[in-house]
Order: sequence, then C-alpha cells, then structure tokens
Amino acid sequence: MVLVLIEHDDGAAIDTTLEAATIARDVAAQEDEPLEAVGFGTVPGDVADELGEYGVDTVFAVTHDDLTDYAPVAWAKSVRELIDDREPSAVIAPGTDRGAETFAHLAAIADLPLAANVVEVDTGGDEGYELTRQRWGGSLLEDARIDAEPNLLTIVPHEVSAEPATEAGEATLESYTPELEEGDFIVQVDRREESDTEGVPIDQARVVVGGGRGVGSAADFDQLEELADLLNGAVGSSRAAVNEGWRPHDDQIGQTGNKIAPELYIPAGISGAVQHWVGCKGSEKVLAINTDPEAAIIGKADYAVIADLHEVVPEINRILKEKHR
Amino acid sequence: MNTLACIKRVPETGAKIVLTDDNQAIDTTSLGFTISPHEECGVEEAVQLAEETGGTATVLTLGSPEADEQLRTGIAMGADEAIHLETDGEQWGPRATASAIAEGIEAADESVDLLFFGNESADQENYQVGVRVAHMLGLPVVTGIKNVEIDGDTVVAEREISGGTEVFELPIPAVLTVKEGLNSPRYPSMRSKMQARRAEVATATPERSEANDVEMIELETPERDDSPAEVLGEGPEAAEDVVAVLEELEVI
Repeated sequence: MVLVLIEHDDGAAIDTTLEAATIARDVAAQEDEPLEAVGFGTVPGDVADELGEYGVDTVFAVTHDDLTDYAPVAWAKSVRELIDDREPSAVIAPGTDRGAETFAHLAAIADLPLAANVVEVDTGGDEGYELTRQRWGGSLLEDARIDAEPNLLTIVPHEVSAEPATEAGEATLESYTPELEEGDFIVQVDRREESDTEGVPIDQARVVVGGGRGVGSAADFDQLEELADLLNGAVGSSRAAVNEGWRPHDDQIGQTGNKIAPELYIPAGISGAVQHWVGCKGSEKVLAINTDPEAAIIGKADYAVIADLHEVVPEINRILKEKHR
Repeated sequence: MNTLACIKRVPETGAKIVLTDDNQAIDTTSLGFTISPHEECGVEEAVQLAEETGGTATVLTLGSPEADEQLRTGIAMGADEAIHLETDGEQWGPRATASAIAEGIEAADESVDLLFFGNESADQENYQVGVRVAHMLGLPVVTGIKNVEIDGDTVVAEREISGGTEVFELPIPAVLTVKEGLNSPRYPSMRSKMQARRAEVATATPERSEANDVEMIELETPERDDSPAEVLGEGPEAAEDVVAVLEELEVI
C-alpha cells in the first residue's frame, strides 16, 4: 500500500495535495499496490470523492479530542501509527509548509530517511527507489536513492500537474483515532491573524503582477496595483524591490519568497534572475514587460512587451477601464 | 537569553549553474560564497535577542575549513561565539548533519535558550535538519517562522499562511526554523569585519553518522524551454495587443 497525506480547505482538496496524489498513484501503480490517504479533522465526502477520482481507495480521517487545530508532532505521530497499522511501502506528502514540517517530524520520530522536493520516482531501482529531486529552487536536479521501510517523500509544489486517474474509483472514508499524548500538543496553532493587505492573497490569485528594480520607487507600484486590481489579481515583487524597501517581504516572489502558480504572471521591470524565476515558473503563462530585449525574463516568458512599464502599464489600465464601463 | 544560529556556507550561484565534470557538485571555481539567506536572518535574530537580554549569541556551522569565512561573517554581525564542526568538504546528508550538530550543541559550554535554523538550506533543500536536531535535543520546534516575540518563558512564533499568519506559542528552550523576511540582516561594518578576523573559533571534527540516508547519485541541470517569447510590440502602443492576450487567456 502507498499512503498519501492530504490537506483540504473549504470542502476541497488543495491543489498541491492532488499533485502529490498524482505521483503517489504512479508509485502505487509501479508497486502494484493500492493507494490510501490520510487527512486530519472531518474530511468532507466531497474531498473523498475527489480523491477517489485520483485513484485513492481509502481515506483515513484522523480525529482526536485534543486535535483542535494543526499540531505538527500530533500529525506526525498519527501518520506513524497508521504506518504501523497499514505497513505502506511509501508515504508521500505535498511539500507544503505543513506537509514538509509533518514529514520532518515523522522522519525524526520514526528514525527514517526523508527525501524532500521530489518530482519523479522510479520504484524499480537496484536498491530501493531512484528519484529525482529539486535543489536550488529547481534550478538544479539531483538523482538520488532512498531505501527504507517505508520510503518517505515530499513532492515539490506546482511542478507536477494534478491528473485524475484514467478510471475513476470511489474512496471509502474511514475514521481513525490515534493514541496521542499531552506532549504531542506542545506545538499547536494557538491563533490566526488576518493580513492587513486587502485583496486576493498572492498564492490564490489567478493573475499576479510583479514589479522589480525597474519600477524605480515604492510610489511607482501604484500603476501595477491598479493593473492587478483591474484583473482581480495580486501584486508581487522581486527580491531587489524588497531590498530597496519598496515592498514588504510577504510580496516577494522567488527562491526565498513566495512560489506562485497563477494562470498569468506579468513581471514588469524584472530582469529574471534564476532566483526569481524559480518562484514563478509554476505560472501557466508569463507576459514580461521590460525595456531590455536581452533581459533573461524575455527568453523565459511566453509573451513579451519591450517597453517602459511606466508608459505601457497606464495605457493597459486605461483600455481595461474603458472596457469595464 | 543565550541564542545559537546554525549557518551553512553555500555558493552564490549566478544566472546558470555549472556542474563539475563528474556531475557530483556545482563548479564553484568562479563563484563567491555566502550564508543561505534564511540563515542570515537567523543570525540577525539570535544577535538581537542576545543583545536585548544580555545573553550570548553563538554561530555554528558544519562544513569545510573554508566555512570559517561564514562563521566570521556571523561574528562580524554581532555573534559572541563561533563553533566550527569541520568536515572534509564532502556533502553530508541531512541525518548525518543533524546528528553532528546536535552533538556539537550538547558539547558546548553554555546552555542555549533559542536555536535558529534556516527553514531549508539554499543548496540542498532537505527541509529537515532543524527538526531532527530538535528531536535529538528533546526540544519543541516550529518551522517556517517570519516573526518572533519573547513573552517571559514563551516564544511567540508566527508563520505566514495564505491571507495572514498562524501563531504558535512554544515554551523556551525551543528551536525555530526561519525564513527570509524575519528581519533585515545588518551589513557588518569594516571595523567589525576586521575584529571578526581575530576572533576565536572553537573547532571540532565530528564523525559522520552512518545512518541510512538519502544518497545522491548525480546532479543534472534541468532542460530549459528556450523557445523565444512572442513579442507583442514595443512601447506604449503594445497596450492594445496586451489586452487582446488578456482576453485570449480569459483573465478579464
């Protein structure tokens, strides 16, 4: 059996969970074993149905009286109990903040190796699995080997596409109550605070407008803000613009900032260094605006406009506003 | 409060990564080296907290003799002590790295109240060393932190989530793995850099644990899509064509 950790929100599985489930189904097929899933809290029937379409047979919904919110050690110990019960050959999680954190704990507690940032798995290696994992934000790949029982893997977000199984099945939902101790809840989400920033969060926006050094000042982001508003999108920025103090770090796109995957990304005045590109390469389409036709971003984008953003962006905004009328 | 920040020497990669002929490492002959950006923020936070509370800030690294350069950067940034767990420069896996660091911390003279790691190293991205060390030391840990406040015996740590933050409260001593954006790391002055050159660095040579770990076979650079972009136009006149593309992509 292959086990995949799932995350769900608002009655649907998160995209990165479906990506991990796609790889997990491939691993299960190579091993000729069934695919099972583990999620936390009340897993809605819709989520189980969705996972059924991805080839999952059984979804274990972990519930526990003390598990009132995300608690990494409690999550890890729950998965570990399930491993002892079900004896999977591989356990796979999306490489999200929670997936990566839970699996780091799981690996430490179970005394197992953990391969992070995986994009491809071949289960038929001479010794264990041969896999490909990303390094340097995806600007470098590592072929590696892992050989343990079970093999723990996290899947890099927004790299593999989520694809339902060719034959949709139905997943059975089962409740699972682990034995947990008080100490497993020392680290648990205490509270949540909403961001002051208005509008769509950058990781959920269908369109992201990015600004870099070419924007020139904090005030000059106004036009990019307006474009983002008109497209119901969000504004992001390069590390250079953050270092200049023009934007908060929460807006940063890149290896050490947000890794976005919108339908369209519009980098304006961003040269496109590798460190930036690895944060936006998950975008379906990229439309770059730059004065320099030789800029790296132009070579990587799908569409390019060779122009000063201060001239062309107001013009785009004007046309869009006319259309809105 | 005594603090400790773990750092790693990594190459400053440019536009394109070049590999050595045997595909076992990055060709660093023409590259400078730096501290991973997340960890730079860890050092800054460790130094600030120690300064505010009159404690000691320590920087620690596991790495080749050349990693001395990054420890001295940490000292120039304000760290009081430095520990170098010296290796032959071979790449160590996350389990061996974590064991050696945990042992190095346990062997240190002073007890530490808060330990900072980067959420992931820039080069290897294993996302686990800080958590493994925390388990070995029996300390609570939370990852991906972008804001830290001290409230008596509790550390209040915030993690960015979509549209806001989630807040964790951990009893001290604790381990935090942090992300860039936590603070603005200082640029050390020339004077502090000079002083750091003469500072004492405690050195130990740990043994590499043989624990079963992920084993690298070789590195490869990903294939790139170098197909040229469709140029929609030049100058402000291109705006109409941009809007046409936006319509075609159905984002308006």
